[in-house]
Amino acid sequence: MRAVVWIAESTWETCVDEAAAVVPAEASVALLHVAPSDVELVAARRHGPLGRHHRPPPGPPLEGIADEAARELLADAAARLGRPAQTLALRGRVEQEVVAAAAGADLLVVARDGERRPGPKSLGPRTRFVVDHAPCRVLLVWH
Amino acid sequence: MAPPGRVPDWAVAAACAAVLVAAGVLSPADARGALGDLGPTVAFLAALLVLADGCRRAGLFEAVGAAMALGARGEPRRLLGLVFAAAAATTAVLSLDTTVVLLTPVVFATAAKLRVSPRPHVYACSHLANSASLLLPVSNLTNLLALQASDLSFLRFAALMTLPWLAALAVEWFMLSGAFRGELAPARRAPRRSVEPVAFPRFALAVLGVTLAGFVMVSFAGLALGWVAGAGARALAVQTRSPARAVVRATEPGFLVFVLALGVVVQGASEHGLGSAAEALVPDGTGLPALLAIAALGAIAANLVNNLPATLILLPATAAAGPGAVLAMLIGVNVGPNLTFSGSLATLLWRRVMHAHDQPADLGEFTRLGALTVPCVLVASTLMLWLGLRIL
Repeated sequence: MRAVVWIAESTWETCVDEAAAVVPAEASVALLHVAPSDVELVAARRHGPLGRHHRPPPGPPLEGIADEAARELLADAAARLGRPAQTLALRGRVEQEVVAAAAGADLLVVARDGERRPGPKSLGPRTRFVVDHAPCRVLLVWH
Repeated sequence: MAPPGRVPDWAVAAACAAVLVAAGVLSPADARGALGDLGPTVAFLAALLVLADGCRRAGLFEAVGAAMALGARGEPRRLLGLVFAAAAATTAVLSLDTTVVLLTPVVFATAAKLRVSPRPHVYACSHLANSASLLLPVSNLTNLLALQASDLSFLRFAALMTLPWLAALAVEWFMLSGAFRGELAPARRAPRRSVEPVAFPRFALAVLGVTLAGFVMVSFAGLALGWVAGAGARALAVQTRSPARAVVRATEPGFLVFVLALGVVVQGASEHGLGSAAEALVPDGTGLPALLAIAALGAIAANLVNNLPATLILLPATAAAGPGAVLAMLIGVNVGPNLTFSGSLATLLWRRVMHAHDQPADLGEFTRLGALTVPCVLVASTLMLWLGLRIL
């Protein structure tokens, strides 16, 4: 059995705890983080008047900051899981990368990230997409 | 700065302006007139750019980043609220470019440090750089141009634009916090990461406060605002010991040349039919339908030819129709660029020709959000402007 655990910034601890409780010890576990590839583009968006050439902003490149943050997050998730796990740091359109990474897996662990009151907004838009299109069983856990 | 081996934009614009004069499309006297009209505004802009750079050197944005990190207490939604406050204030006081160039990277790093998804916060900065640039004449170059062409005072401009500005912030908050509610889900546990506070540079804040107060007072006295901005910029440059070369670089000389050349080109086009076309398009009256039509016209023009040329083209016709029309046009040209990633068709084509590499992908979310927010902000802000014109 192969389980993929979606590690997102605000819900990762819940997913890791549920995976530790539910996934059999002999199964392989992959911890997956996807950095949205549009953020750096939007941050670098130059929408001032035509003809403007901004200097690159001071400080380290944003992609480097994002990659470092993802590495640390996955390391903390692996430590919390407490057993050997593969870590996957991807970059792209988040919901599509998660669905693609779940191909061939038997279980995808996903946290609810929407509103607590009953209704269609109980899942965020990207989580909704993942739940709708995942190619395997989905364990949807309360956050 | 243009990438090496390419002709910089300002040189292309200057060459176009020179060709128009040499070919007799525009008389040298008219070209001088256009330059004379734009000169004070461009000098004012240069002073504002130096002021913003002085704030950066004084460490203002690091302090803002640390304050946001501390105030957020690990909650993404609380951080978004603080980002809204910081981006709205930075854009209003130090202009949209400061938010884009200096605040956005700090916000990105702050989100990474707090371990929250940077996406909603970076989108907020990018959107508010445009839609929060309604408040003060100094918030956007388009506003500076409009202030000079209309008979509004600094304070009256700010008073009439307060409600539209607040309406824009409210709509953006509603739309962005809804679209990113997944990323903004509250963390279940308290953050373990400690954040060190960074002291705010008091001198820089004092200079900003005095400069703003100076704008209001000088505007009553009918003097040029550029002197106040220049004094504030000088005070900060001296205090942060900025070398002369860095001060000159902060003014972005190429961009200033570009603005002047663009003014000449638009003047040439206006005298050959564009001006009368704009007059025919701008509706008469100051009723709500007329204001909405003018705002929509501004947004469409900004999306076709970019906000700065759009302002220069529409300004004479709207200034003749009164301050309400000018401010409605500003709502359109300032908010409109959020509709698409490149801000306008002209920028897209220009970048394709000038810098072939500049083709971003995966911007569906940005475009979708732009298509949702821009019409709502336009309507809400123009409605508030109409209300403000009635009660103030």
